[in-house]
Amino acid sequence: MQSSNPAPESLWKKLFGEPIRAFGIVSVLLLLLLAIAPAKNHFSEWRHYQNGYLKLIRTRGEAITLQRHFQPGIQQIWKPELGVTDRCTSCHVGLKEASLTDVPSQPYRKHPVIPHATDQFGCVMCHRGQGAATTVEEAHSSTLAWEQPILPARYIESGCGQCHRGGLESTPQLNQGRALLARYGCVQCHTIKLPDGGVMQATQDAPSLSHIADKTTREWIFAWLKDPQAYAVAAKMPNFKLKDEDIRDISAFLIVNSTPIPGDTLPAINQKAPDPTAGASLYGESFCASCHAVQNAAGNLVGGNVGPELTRIGNKAKPEWLRAWVRNPRIYDAKTEMPHYRFTDQQVATVEGFLLAKSDSDLLANAHLDAATPDQIAHGKSLVMEYGCASCHEIAGIKKPENFAPELTRIGSKSVSQLIFLPGMPHTLPDYIAGKIRQPRAFASGLKMPQYTFTTAQIDALTTALLAQNDRGQSIPPSLTVPAPPPSHYRPAGKAGQIMADLACFSCHSINGRGSDMAPDLTWEGSSVQRKWLEDFFRNPGTLRPALIRRMPKFNLSNEDVAVLSDYIMTVYQDPDFDRDSMPESGYSTSQVEQGRQLFYSKYACQSCHIVDVKADKGYIGPTLTSVGSRLTGAWIYHWLKNPQSLRPGTVEPNRNLSDDEARQLTAFLMMQKGAGQKEAKK
Amino acid sequence: MTNKRCLFDVMLLALPALALVGSATGCARKSMAAAAPAPAFGSAIVESSGGKQIGAAGTALSQPVVVQVNDDQNNAVTGANVSFSGPAGVSFDPPNGITDSSGQFSTVVTLGGMAGRYQIVASTNTKAQKQVTIKIEEIALDYQRRLGQILDDKYCSRCHNPESTPERVSNYDNLEVKPHAFTEGETLNKLSDADLMAIISHGGPALNKSPLMPPYGYTLSKTEIQALIAYIRMVSDPPYQAPGMIYAQK
Repeated sequence: MQSSNPAPESLWKKLFGEPIRAFGIVSVLLLLLLAIAPAKNHFSEWRHYQNGYLKLIRTRGEAITLQRHFQPGIQQIWKPELGVTDRCTSCHVGLKEASLTDVPSQPYRKHPVIPHATDQFGCVMCHRGQGAATTVEEAHSSTLAWEQPILPARYIESGCGQCHRGGLESTPQLNQGRALLARYGCVQCHTIKLPDGGVMQATQDAPSLSHIADKTTREWIFAWLKDPQAYAVAAKMPNFKLKDEDIRDISAFLIVNSTPIPGDTLPAINQKAPDPTAGASLYGESFCASCHAVQNAAGNLVGGNVGPELTRIGNKAKPEWLRAWVRNPRIYDAKTEMPHYRFTDQQVATVEGFLLAKSDSDLLANAHLDAATPDQIAHGKSLVMEYGCASCHEIAGIKKPENFAPELTRIGSKSVSQLIFLPGMPHTLPDYIAGKIRQPRAFASGLKMPQYTFTTAQIDALTTALLAQNDRGQSIPPSLTVPAPPPSHYRPAGKAGQIMADLACFSCHSINGRGSDMAPDLTWEGSSVQRKWLEDFFRNPGTLRPALIRRMPKFNLSNEDVAVLSDYIMTVYQDPDFDRDSMPESGYSTSQVEQGRQLFYSKYACQSCHIVDVKADKGYIGPTLTSVGSRLTGAWIYHWLKNPQSLRPGTVEPNRNLSDDEARQLTAFLMMQKGAGQKEAKK
Repeated sequence: MTNKRCLFDVMLLALPALALVGSATGCARKSMAAAAPAPAFGSAIVESSGGKQIGAAGTALSQPVVVQVNDDQNNAVTGANVSFSGPAGVSFDPPNGITDSSGQFSTVVTLGGMAGRYQIVASTNTKAQKQVTIKIEEIALDYQRRLGQILDDKYCSRCHNPESTPERVSNYDNLEVKPHAFTEGETLNKLSDADLMAIISHGGPALNKSPLMPPYGYTLSKTEIQALIAYIRMVSDPPYQAPGMIYAQK
């Protein structure tokens, strides 16, 4: 007992000696402890980067300016209304320095030029990451407490989509992604609610299957379901990867379920055998290729993507259906985008022969189907319901399922901890979304989402559009958002409206905000053209732009139809800002015309894009003007010359800022171009 | 709790280690399997297509980059190993593989997030295990330059780009005075930004050039014209060097 008592004393003494010495040591320790905080601050990462920046700018010519702009310490962009507290600029010091564009990489390079100032919305709005963090790791990566790492640059346009709900000219990827969501029917199964209360709508419904037996055979349905892209390379229909027995049963059900439509089939037309060249030329003259593509010998698709690909249409369409369809597609499908061409019987037979010859002997080679049993048909029906076919296709007796697939309104904020990743896949949300689009069935067994054939660029675009669907986008103050222009539901009325619907004018033209941009906007057509020209054009549409491969097809319109349409267009589609008769059609003075000619050829060199004299001029971009004086009204030419964009927003012709006199002289010159040699040229 | 956490961490560490071992053995087996039937080597690697593409920074280029491996007689070699590499941020899908029956190997290139010129390298080994390479340059555009590209596509390229496609016929051949392609660095690099701004805003006569070049100053905004200039500078060949930049690095 006694020996143990002095031991601690000696240990204590050994360590600290006298109490006064102990006090000294403890004081030093305390000081050291106190020094930890400033030392930690001193050795912090952001200070390291700021020192690096100072070292960098010292080597540059504009060092003094840069030094003056530099502010030491932690920097912060604080936007309480957006929930943004970004300290990124503590390390990314050179973001605003115009001269630092040549620095090869961040953190010192200047931010690329964008339409917003970097401190207007902060950084994480577009780039994600943890804005308030002050270490590299925490700011950029996902940590236990933070799930949204820095967004890879390839998806950066998703940031724009949070506020800009419509298309922006400078965000092609976001626009493409949104268009794909609508076009490929993603939004038919997945609801995407928009902040304005609506939901994202599909561009068009897939074809109705309620009358499919009129149109095609069970064998074709089998081959199609087995591999849609084998029939049409660019088919929008995805591959559901079904077993052969399942396809057999689905095809059986669809055929049995189909009901005929009176008039959607026609008996063979008793005409002389159409020769194959006539078919090809009628197909060309009717500009079928503006909407339909066909694979050429090299395997490339040539033609538009509005209608289905026709490379193997002979395998699909029943002749009696195709005949009726070509004659008047609106009997089978009242809402089709295909125009009613008003072909003669001979023409119908010619097109039919041409199209039926487009077939591939291998396509249906493996489809040998025995008559279906009632069990198979019932099984087919249950599969159709299980896979949600009615989400896209109208199928008689089956309701469109609601909320068939998970809602994607806020998919861009989905918590990563709720996701199941594939082995080897980076654990980030963009990788998950892209992976899910690339191989939806790989994530678990029994998943229903079908296999699409998207390219890498398309998957990136879709992922970008989906990442824009996030919490921030839903909750951003409305004053900061740019809403999409409201969709136009414009429909022309009366008899003319019926004819326009029948001709499917809106499949190519746009009027009052509705329609496609394939052909010119016709909103002010009544102010633009002369009535006689319009009537002639309806009867025999020539081309105004020789360089274009898409042109107005010739519809066999009756005189009455032409009159009704011309009346309507000339009366209704007028620009209220000017009187179309305010400039005469002829009677301009020779000197005025001559001055106009000088302006046209010398001062403004309009011949670089337009042709007035077919022998001398070669300009190929704008419409040919050889007979513009019998096509357009003088007032339209005058106002167009003064400001083309005010009449047709986005038109390529530059505004030349002409004086009133110059515009009048040019109008005089152009109105004299009545196209005397037009008839020879046509032949 | 902490114990469990530790165990978890150990497992986390162990898993990749196991995976490494597994993949290493797997790789060894695979390469042996691949090497056995097709020990093909070429003596040169050439670019077939996909060079000089222009894409948005951080995105996949629209066309794949295709290279071909040739032997001494310039015949395509099937089954030769090709691998791609590039600066930080560039990724390849797939990064390596063997040439197909026509001696070609194709990969989708995703550019890095910074705008600029990216030099990627495709390489293959010769029989003597000597590496032969080819350098391919691609251009990545940032926001402003991409806006410039979109404007170029809409307003300029029909005259300034001599190449025609079926969808868009070039107007180049129809013009008496030939416009300069935007890649013509020899000519365009001599013009200052102010000159380019003047010629785009006020047309050819602004610099005593042909009036066939119309003015766009009343059609495009200043921001848009600046974007166009930034784009023109980016695609010029040889590359444009901004004046007055003082390089004291190194």
